Amino acid sequence: MKNNEVLPGKLIAVEGLDGSGKSTQIHLVHQWLKGMQCKVFFTEWNSSELVKEATKVGKKKQLLTPTTFSLIHATDFADRYDRQILPMLKGGYIVLCDRYIFTSFARDGVRGCRSEWLKNLYGFARIPDIMLYFRLPLKTALERILTGRSKLKYFEAGMDMGYSLDINESFRIFQGKVMEQYENIFKLFHCVTIDAMKPIYEQQDFVRKIITEKVDIAQFQKEGSK
Amino acid sequence: MNKKQFYRLPPPGVDSSKLSGVLIVIEGMDSSGRSTQIEKIAPWIEEKGYAVSMVGLKRSQLVGDTLDAAKQGNVLSAQTMALFYATDFYDQLENRILPALRAGYVVLADRYIFTLMARDIVRGVEYEWVKSLYSMAVVPEAVYYLNVSWRTRVDRTLSARHTLDYWESGMDLGLSRDWFDSFATYQRLMSTQFRRIQKEYGFEIVNANRSSEEVERDLRLKIGSLLERRYRR
Repeated sequence: MKNNEVLPGKLIAVEGLDGSGKSTQIHLVHQWLKGMQCKVFFTEWNSSELVKEATKVGKKKQLLTPTTFSLIHATDFADRYDRQILPMLKGGYIVLCDRYIFTSFARDGVRGCRSEWLKNLYGFARIPDIMLYFRLPLKTALERILTGRSKLKYFEAGMDMGYSLDINESFRIFQGKVMEQYENIFKLFHCVTIDAMKPIYEQQDFVRKIITEKVDIAQFQKEGSK
Repeated sequence: MNKKQFYRLPPPGVDSSKLSGVLIVIEGMDSSGRSTQIEKIAPWIEEKGYAVSMVGLKRSQLVGDTLDAAKQGNVLSAQTMALFYATDFYDQLENRILPALRAGYVVLADRYIFTLMARDIVRGVEYEWVKSLYSMAVVPEAVYYLNVSWRTRVDRTLSARHTLDYWESGMDLGLSRDWFDSFATYQRLMSTQFRRIQKEYGFEIVNANRSSEEVERDLRLKIGSLLERRYRR
């Protein structure tokens, strides 16, 4: 991963377990920046049109191995990175990423992909200017997901790992391992840890404070809006 | 046999202990006569009593169709294309090549990671990056590189098809709007990369400027003795 070129934009990424509330927080950031007439762009993990198709086929047929699962997400990300993230950064936007390459490091790491290989794979991606990790106890994250949502998906629950035939149980085990990976990764990469147990508005206040400290917001406001 | 089975380590979750088959790769640039040779060699190996499984590039169930569609539009970056092809490669490696090798088959590959690597590097992807990308590939028992002079390749391409192919001419690279010039430059760039990869990965070079019969005779000799050695120790 290299940030050898200074770009006019800023890259902000959120990471955390399912149920950590990171999507809510980044959504609120998005609303805040839009409200201030900032040049801002929001993007999610795994949403590029072109490769969606292949992912769908693979997931449906359960043909994916840890390696191809990892590669297909890397392909998807690379496409989105080249076409959206990088151009938007070059065009002077604040780019908000709901999950970034660390999601792959964590999930694929649990699936047995070696960290050295993964780091090389994503070597083309810039390290975010601000990285926020939403931390909460595993138990709480699981409660939020398992009571809130009706149906878990096969790969999402880590069913391919054969931990358990019960999808909820498999999800519990898988998420526990993902969390371990996250904790290790964020020892290596500089990030801001957010206590995801705090009330939503308190977390948001904190997040906005960090962003204000590190980003000169006025610089991103559109002409005539200041 | 104490030969290394994977360039670095096997893909996660892969049991590499029972690979009793033999992986043979035929590499070569476009119009090197590669496919013709494979078509003739496969039945010959079967005549000798060994089961053959044939594999090639871009034939996986996973992304084969999507890749074709993507190539049509030519909108993906070199990096994304490289990843797409790698997905396709590993899908075939894990779902076809490894099962066949476990079952004791002779796996005959019409090109392998080397072509993919050369194409990626020519398009500006870093050598070390692709090397790591393909580091979980099985090391073939033998790689036969069908080497053809530039003149022969041009003659063969034009006499067979009377036209040039968009990708084989590297038109996506914007080397020249003139197809012939682009073809010439692209083929030269590919040659250079193949030589670099050959030095590191060690192919056996087969002179394919000769007639197809002569090349076939040569390949039979090499493959015949290889199979003897591997299966009838």
